[in-house]
Amino acid sequence: MNNKAGIEQYLYASFGPELKFGRWLMVSKAFTDKLVGNIGALLLDDKVAIVGIGYSGFSPATPSQSYKELIFDAASRAYAECSVNPRKDVESFVCCEEDLWEGTSITDEYAPDQLGAAQRNICTVSQDGLNGVATAYMHIKSGVASIAVVESHSKLSNVLSQSQVREFALEPYYERPILSDGIPVAAMQMRRFMHDYKVTEEDIAQVVSKNKKNGLFNQRSSYAADVSVEQAMRSPFVWNPLRRIQMAPPADGCVVAVLASAEKARSMTEQPVWIKGIGWNSASTSAESAISSDALYAKEAAKMAYKIAGVNSPKSYFDFAEVDDTYAFKELQHAEALGIADMDVSKGNMPAVAPVPINMSGGSLSLGDLVEATGLVRLLEAVQRLRNAERKRSKGSKRALVQSWRGIPSSSGAVAVLGVE
Amino acid sequence: MRKVAVIGAGMTKFRHRMLETGRELSFEASRAALDSARMDIKNVDSVVLGSAPDAFDGLHMKGEYLLDGAGGSGKPYTRVYVGGGTGVFIPAAAWWHVASGVSDVVLAVGEEKMSPLQPHPQYAFWSIFDQFLERPLGVTLLWIFSLEMRRYMSVYGIKEEDIALVAVKNKGNAMDHPSAQLPMRITVDDVMKSEPICTPVKRLDVSPTSDGAAALVLASEDVARKYTDDPVWITGVGWNVDTTFWTNRDLCYPEYVEKAAMMAYKMAGISNPGKEIDFAEVYDPFDYKELHHMEGLQLAKRGEAPKMTREGVTQRDGDLPINPSGGLLGVGNPIAAAGVMKVAELFWQLRGEAGRRQVKKPVHRGLAQAWGDLMQVGTVVIMER
Amino acid sequence: MGRSHAGRNCGDYGEVMGMENPSEPPGTALTPDEWRGKEIFFRNFHTKFTYSWDTGVAIGHFLEALKGGKIVGRSCSGCNRVLVPPRMFCELCFRPTDDWIDVLDTGVVNTFSISYVNNDASRREQPLFVAVINIDGASPGMGFLHLLGEVDAGQIHVGMKVRAKWKPAHERTGAITDISYFKPSEGL
Repeated sequence: MNNKAGIEQYLYASFGPELKFGRWLMVSKAFTDKLVGNIGALLLDDKVAIVGIGYSGFSPATPSQSYKELIFDAASRAYAECSVNPRKDVESFVCCEEDLWEGTSITDEYAPDQLGAAQRNICTVSQDGLNGVATAYMHIKSGVASIAVVESHSKLSNVLSQSQVREFALEPYYERPILSDGIPVAAMQMRRFMHDYKVTEEDIAQVVSKNKKNGLFNQRSSYAADVSVEQAMRSPFVWNPLRRIQMAPPADGCVVAVLASAEKARSMTEQPVWIKGIGWNSASTSAESAISSDALYAKEAAKMAYKIAGVNSPKSYFDFAEVDDTYAFKELQHAEALGIADMDVSKGNMPAVAPVPINMSGGSLSLGDLVEATGLVRLLEAVQRLRNAERKRSKGSKRALVQSWRGIPSSSGAVAVLGVE
Repeated sequence: MRKVAVIGAGMTKFRHRMLETGRELSFEASRAALDSARMDIKNVDSVVLGSAPDAFDGLHMKGEYLLDGAGGSGKPYTRVYVGGGTGVFIPAAAWWHVASGVSDVVLAVGEEKMSPLQPHPQYAFWSIFDQFLERPLGVTLLWIFSLEMRRYMSVYGIKEEDIALVAVKNKGNAMDHPSAQLPMRITVDDVMKSEPICTPVKRLDVSPTSDGAAALVLASEDVARKYTDDPVWITGVGWNVDTTFWTNRDLCYPEYVEKAAMMAYKMAGISNPGKEIDFAEVYDPFDYKELHHMEGLQLAKRGEAPKMTREGVTQRDGDLPINPSGGLLGVGNPIAAAGVMKVAELFWQLRGEAGRRQVKKPVHRGLAQAWGDLMQVGTVVIMER
Repeated sequence: MGRSHAGRNCGDYGEVMGMENPSEPPGTALTPDEWRGKEIFFRNFHTKFTYSWDTGVAIGHFLEALKGGKIVGRSCSGCNRVLVPPRMFCELCFRPTDDWIDVLDTGVVNTFSISYVNNDASRREQPLFVAVINIDGASPGMGFLHLLGEVDAGQIHVGMKVRAKWKPAHERTGAITDISYFKPSEGL
């Protein structure tokens, strides 16, 4: 449906200033369909689709494989889905990784081989995987590539100093002497968010219960459990008000996505998932400015993505959303920033049940924290749900919202609008 | 594909140790670039930043820390990373932001503050090697350069004295660069007699470790024409990364540089680079690298770059000036910032604004190139006026 | 403080940007004395990161073989190469590799260097000989980084034939350092 809305706008725009024509222009359905067909093809040529997606791991530890072998497996599956030969067909590869999570400086050195990218156009974006999708999207839009691959992975099980690494991300002169880990920054954010939006402990426990239970229906979830709201509220504090069960535990895994221009996509798969809009944004990083009740990065990233996709009212536009829930309160904070929550501060709280279903996959609370791969995990869950719905011809899931956040102490996030139409 | 212009450039001093933090250096370079474009940060749609290993600054997620200084706060912000190739890759990344239609004005910032790491920034490079096969041997970055230099010399029969000419030229050129860290008038003899570090590499064959930042402002055609009568166009970008297994490749020739250059040449419609490129800023962290890269870029035949250097072709008043800025050997090597400095030099040279560094012949098309990782990455930008 | 850059607009032609000192780009260099003395503030931070990297199949098997005094590679029937160091996938063909191949513990120096510095850039008392060694039995050009020993600096040359000097079996731990170094083969 959204395509047609876009096409109507296009038609009017092409008539220039005589926009008022549109109001009384009556055409037969056959005529519109033909126009939609012709111009649709023309418009769609400008689009970018996800044509293949593969994964490996999704486990608290993956001792039998090196990260390279994990990546090779995920990539092989992604390429097989859309019959791509990476040595010939792929014109750009984008990897998303950070040195300290790998334990290797200039870690992009180790990216090419297991993706089939040796002596080809490959680069690293030191950000979340969804930022990598944005980069690949621009590669296709600028004509540098017609097929592009995005990879991100986590081998957190190999990082024995996770707390020290998070500490190393804090501002060195006036934050690190006071804080020895990033977690308290999250706890302080949570306090401020709960205070300003009058969110209760129970609201947050509801998010935990919902996501942990949703995860029971997802084979990739390592941390799913039948947790009640009451049980969630009894979990011990890590940094008050943040409780252990509200934090996504670390997991290993890799996701590889293949993107293609509209022209290529149609011949590569019967089920392209279109990237209708993409946006990303960073707010100031320092902990003191990160402690804000609003997720400004998500708000601005959504604004950018919605503009490209032509989304005016997200609550009615999206059928479901995959939203970052590295900490349970973040799901609520992000949902509010994305405009998909029914929030009414005057009523005293914020319901965990939003008009748009969020994290039916189980979220990071069930699947685990895959650091920079988290955005691609959200994307994988959304793509699979869209495809399954289409296969079953169910009408409920045609448009999805995907959002990522880079974790403490960053205020960086990305948003993608996906659709199968 | 939209046309993309560079409309402003700026940089800090490059020095061994600077007072400013990485954020402050990024800010100074960004402000200088915006000033020269006569723009304010509010005109900027998105920001691309590059910086090499996080270990230098002592910061995890360094891109996040630096974003305030680089004007990224509240904007779509991206940190790209291809090791030492990052510097020239930053404007390439900014290019695709504009070319794709996503942004009209992009600020491209390269920052490096190497001095915080103790006892020496070189130590960070130990952790770039394979954790199973190489780190246990106590490897240093200098080893792989010296191994590559030896291979290059041995395959083509090149003398150390010929390689030293590059250090003499670049450090001399840097005498005219106001940001330069190691401007020097030296002789081949000085290089040959300088202290051996990892043979055949000697002290004066190597660029220094540095702190510094550099920035560029890129704009779409319509915006560029509003701000300047004299835009300089980016007409080609290219990048390529070779296999990680550097001990499985013949190090005498950089195939990845050739492939990156071919991508850029194709985009710019260049079929005979030796004739069509007027001058180049070629990556020179070590003196032999300039020669090695000239060959990879097809600006010299294999093994013949030393001869061109000996004949003076690559001098500022030669037929194919190479590194008129003074390069990394002379201006300094704050890794990502050094690559941006090279592209900034194209901008100033093409606009005839390089002052005493201006090359003698009229120039219309220049090329900047960087290299990185485990002798593995080639990045190329071609600019025209 | 004036801001300038290396270009003419606010370099040689400083009046454009209204600068007092047009030739001075921004940034404050520190002298070694300022840096070593107490004229500026520092904050020192020490940290240690601990990792336990999974070797995976390929490198795990390679290290296991080293412990047993052997060097192994993997073959790829796509490009007919024997790959050393081994990997479970071929980066040229993008397919899984096929078989384990025992290669020899002899080889040829592809290139070498004599290192006078440690990895923290401090000077070494005794120089270290390092080389890329192409391993016999692997495909041409296939080798790895290692050290050279039992040789004088002046004797080392590209093309020199070498053999692994193994640590005694009880000292081997499944690490690249189970080979102490490579030394010239007999009869040279």
